Amino acid sequence: MNEILIMIIISTGALFILLAAIGLLRMPDLYLRMSVTTKAATLGVGLILMGLALHYMETSITTRVIAIIVFLFLTAPISAHVIGRAAYFVGVPMWKKTKIDDLEGMYNTKTHDLMSGLEEKDEKTDS
Amino acid sequence: MNIEDFLTYIILPLLSTSTLLVFIRFLMGPSLPDRVVALDLMITIGISIIAVYSIITNRPSFLDIAMIFALIAFLSTVAFSYYLEKRKKNE
Repeated sequence: MNEILIMIIISTGALFILLAAIGLLRMPDLYLRMSVTTKAATLGVGLILMGLALHYMETSITTRVIAIIVFLFLTAPISAHVIGRAAYFVGVPMWKKTKIDDLEGMYNTKTHDLMSGLEEKDEKTDS
Repeated sequence: MNIEDFLTYIILPLLSTSTLLVFIRFLMGPSLPDRVVALDLMITIGISIIAVYSIITNRPSFLDIAMIFALIAFLSTVAFSYYLEKRKKNE
């Protein structure tokens, strides 16, 4: 019974990782690719590590597994954000069907100042 | 079906196929951030392969290596993006 549960959990995790790999290969754009890999791969690794913890059923191993999962869940969004920010500034092209680009024209890449689009009135009154 | 056989004959081929797909993207990747994302995903798949291998061989000490892999993946991604931005500023 327990073994079947572990098998199901680990198979689900492996399927999520396979989906992430296919998405990384097939998506048209760096930003869409990142949105696939960050979520699906993190969930897959978490499920596989959970299956490992259920297989051993020891306190020391469960603690280490929880440490790895928490670390992955903390760092995956941060690293995705950082690499996406760097890619936007370097000028990686977007997919041609992307409709909304909120940062376009609003961001000064030299001084790293973000405008909200409402400053134009203030600047006019100042000048 | 034994769990070791299941992991050896079904899960490990699945994971290695996904590593191969990610490696194709790593070779193709039109820009440098694409390659960084592919490398990050490859290390993440490596963590899960280490976990599965640790169940097969019944050696839980492999988990320490998985933890270090998670650290290295985060550090490498942050370092790569930091230097990407810096390179653009210097030009």
